[in-house]
Amino acid sequence: MSMSMEYVVELENITKTFPGGVQANKDVTLRIQKGEVIGLLGENGAGKSTLMNMLYGLLQPDSGKIIINGEEVNLKSPQDAIVRGVGMVHQHFKLIPVLTVTENVVLGLEPILKKMDVRSIPGGRTIGAVLPIDFGTAAKRITKIGDENGLPVNPNSKIQDLSVGLQQRVEIIKMLYREADILILDEPTSVLTPHEVDELFVTLKEFVKAGKTIILITHKLRESMALCDRICVLRDGALVGTVARDDTSPQDLAQMMVGRPVVFTTEKEPKTPGEVILSVQDLHVLDNRKLEKVKGIDFEVHAGEIFGIAGVQGNGQTELIEALAGLRKPKSGIITVDNIRISGKRPRFVREAKVSHIPEDRHKRGIILPFTIEENIALGNHYRPPFAGGPLNAVLDLDTTHSITENLVEQYSIKLSSTEALASTLSGGNQQKVVVARELSTKPRLVIAAQPTRGLDVGATEYIHEVLIALRDSGVAVLLISAELDEIQNLADRIGVIYDGQIVAVKSPGEATQTELGLLMAGHTDEASEEGVAIS
Amino acid sequence: MNWRLINWQSQYRTLAVLASIVIGLIAINFMPVEQQAIAGWLVATTLQMATPLVLAGLGGMYSERGGIVNIGLEGIMLMGAFTGAAVAYYAKDPWLGLLGAVMVGGLFASIHGVACVKYKGNHIVSGTGIILFGTGLSTLLLELVWHQKGQGEPVTNTVPDLMFPALLDHPFLGPAFSVISPIVLFMFIITGVSWFVLFRTPFGLRLRAAGEDPSTLDSAGVSVQWTRFIGVVISGCLAGLGGAYLSIGFGSAFAKEMTSGRGFISLAAMIFGNWTPFGVLAAGLFFGFLISMNYFIQIYFPILLPFANFIAMLPYVLVIIALGLIRKSVPPKAIAIPYEKEKKG
Ligand SMILES: Nc1ncnc2c1ncn2[C@@H]1O[C@H](COP(=O)(O)OP(=O)(O)OP(=O)(O)O)[C@@H](O)[C@H]1O
Ligand SMILES: [Mg+2]
Repeated sequence: MSMSMEYVVELENITKTFPGGVQANKDVTLRIQKGEVIGLLGENGAGKSTLMNMLYGLLQPDSGKIIINGEEVNLKSPQDAIVRGVGMVHQHFKLIPVLTVTENVVLGLEPILKKMDVRSIPGGRTIGAVLPIDFGTAAKRITKIGDENGLPVNPNSKIQDLSVGLQQRVEIIKMLYREADILILDEPTSVLTPHEVDELFVTLKEFVKAGKTIILITHKLRESMALCDRICVLRDGALVGTVARDDTSPQDLAQMMVGRPVVFTTEKEPKTPGEVILSVQDLHVLDNRKLEKVKGIDFEVHAGEIFGIAGVQGNGQTELIEALAGLRKPKSGIITVDNIRISGKRPRFVREAKVSHIPEDRHKRGIILPFTIEENIALGNHYRPPFAGGPLNAVLDLDTTHSITENLVEQYSIKLSSTEALASTLSGGNQQKVVVARELSTKPRLVIAAQPTRGLDVGATEYIHEVLIALRDSGVAVLLISAELDEIQNLADRIGVIYDGQIVAVKSPGEATQTELGLLMAGHTDEASEEGVAIS
Repeated sequence: MNWRLINWQSQYRTLAVLASIVIGLIAINFMPVEQQAIAGWLVATTLQMATPLVLAGLGGMYSERGGIVNIGLEGIMLMGAFTGAAVAYYAKDPWLGLLGAVMVGGLFASIHGVACVKYKGNHIVSGTGIILFGTGLSTLLLELVWHQKGQGEPVTNTVPDLMFPALLDHPFLGPAFSVISPIVLFMFIITGVSWFVLFRTPFGLRLRAAGEDPSTLDSAGVSVQWTRFIGVVISGCLAGLGGAYLSIGFGSAFAKEMTSGRGFISLAAMIFGNWTPFGVLAAGLFFGFLISMNYFIQIYFPILLPFANFIAMLPYVLVIIALGLIRKSVPPKAIAIPYEKEKKG
């Protein structure tokens, strides 16, 4: 007993098999000390989220023990974990868009107006459920938590009006509001901009100083090296090793994860770009609230070229991408692909002009979760051969769909139980692979790749980078929109920086440092950025 | 309480409603006395016709806000109507009748709740079952209890109306409000209470979360199953009460299939009212007004009688037009989707 007291969390021999037969965790044993930052690494589908969902009470293990603060627990629901101080920020946020920040944060732990709070007397909890929530106090407390931890947020805004970065802030506040001291963060950085990641890490370091324990899931090795004391690697559901940060390197970690050495910077040959494929002229686009988000953008992408767009989220990228993909009618301006005008045309017209689109929000635009993987692969081309056949192409060709899917699954090493499983049963990264596989397999002339490696493990990221470069080499035009400067600098032949709806500069990757790009993204003009660099 | 959470638009809407009521009353005041009486009668009939619709519509709202579609309201109302009449008939106490109707309504809905929440059944299939079951059972019991086919024995102890003799002499207020059922007043009270419960209490917040995104509620440590189940039971209680109003509030006997589609109109009122309490109230009053216009035409313009059915159809047509053309109503996001833990997404 006394031995185990020094650990806040002990997971012993945890095994979990999902209905459908996927064994997500195999005999995993993990011990975490108080005040430690533990990194959890592993390929897509290795079972990281599953393991943490069990520690949070959302899922129940088939066998094994969970011990929190020396006490063996049977977590039947998250409530059981919350009262023991466990908090979790999920890979896909658990926030309700139509509710306010305050409502989302207090959900499940609502404060009652003081003079009416009867929850301490017997039966009071039931009555308490229909007494007035003290929104005023709650909002004050949220503001206070936000201010104390450098996470300011307006408690009265609705979630749907917040950027992803702010939404994540709300998720963290939610944990702090519940006074969690074991914090699980499932891929918290995959949707953040570099600047936001830095801010998050400052906050997390403060938490550790305050004695909290952090479990961090990430695919970015640099991040785990920067923050974690120890790093655990999962492969195919089993724990393959735990290493101290000081005894390892990103290369070693990558090798542990995928079982082979990983190249971090993909090599690419210099190439002279060919004719213009995508041409955008004086494009103006409005957002849902009728505000102008794209304010006159001009650029061209040539055959055999990767044009990268770097920018902080919310500077018009979403609207630009949607206009290019035919999902949003531009207010004015001309978009042509191969000299065919596509601006204002429907998505199908755009796709038939050989444009592929890897959307930034996979759940909204990329896949249909309750459809099978095969159906998701056919989607968008389901009405024409090879996916459809028979008179008028009226019948789906299921056999061909099946074999095409099998090939793609093999090629992209998508981890799944069967191609007929629902997309919702895939791990986040494998969902992304399905989208990428479908979009890149249609022999496009132009690929619009928005955050194509969001949530992917190093191996898969490397593979997708290779595919994008191979497409470029074969004469395809690639438009890469990414918040990740590493990715952009690595892949792009030219980099456009987007700020406030305009492309404020176009640089070649060799010409601009990350600091310069960062300053441009933050709205400093070229001259100012040079000064800024000189000062720093 | 943080009043800033109310958006301005809805405050303007409230002002507009109050203003039109005041203007209407002033206008009526200038009308000839006979016409004031007719207007008063129209108001009273509108309230009577709206009450069962609003009660059941609010019920449907509780269920659907939690994510469970309840098309069984019609069957539950029938059971409420029967139970109210039977209990009042034997116990000679209308209040016990109402209590019984509320309880049986809740019980009936809990069948639907167990089927949809616990066993994750299809809401439409289960709801259809509730309609058929309620219709059949109430008809069967009618024969067993009163040994009659179409209509039960008259109930003498119906819910007593409230009298306001002071209003009696006024040409408009007299016919409109001097005699009013407590259930009609209750309709207004429960609308306000529902607004409060839904938007100001922990239960309401959890219920809305259950209907929008149950996995988020689960992750917040609240039981999705219980929250949804309670929503369904409340819907049954209110629909049962709405049914009892027909048999022992407004009428004084149970008749076979006496709800005649009111359960469905109340669903339309719920959608028309955009799943909000005051919206349901407004939509229910509007439909009630259309029904009373129908009576009005039958009484005062018998020449138009052939079109009575056409007018009876109007509420449905209006709903379709309104939903299709005027504004989009926004249902809870996770409506009709069973919540299964071991499935992500
Ligand atoms: N609800 C479920 N039903 C069936 N299988 C599931 C379910 N959830 C996850 N799985 C499977 O379990 C395995 C582990 O999934 P998990 O989400 O834990 O992976 P992960 O390590 O978090 O991956 P990623 O980095 O892509 O998020 C995957 O093969 C996945 O397909
Ligand atoms: Mg995961």
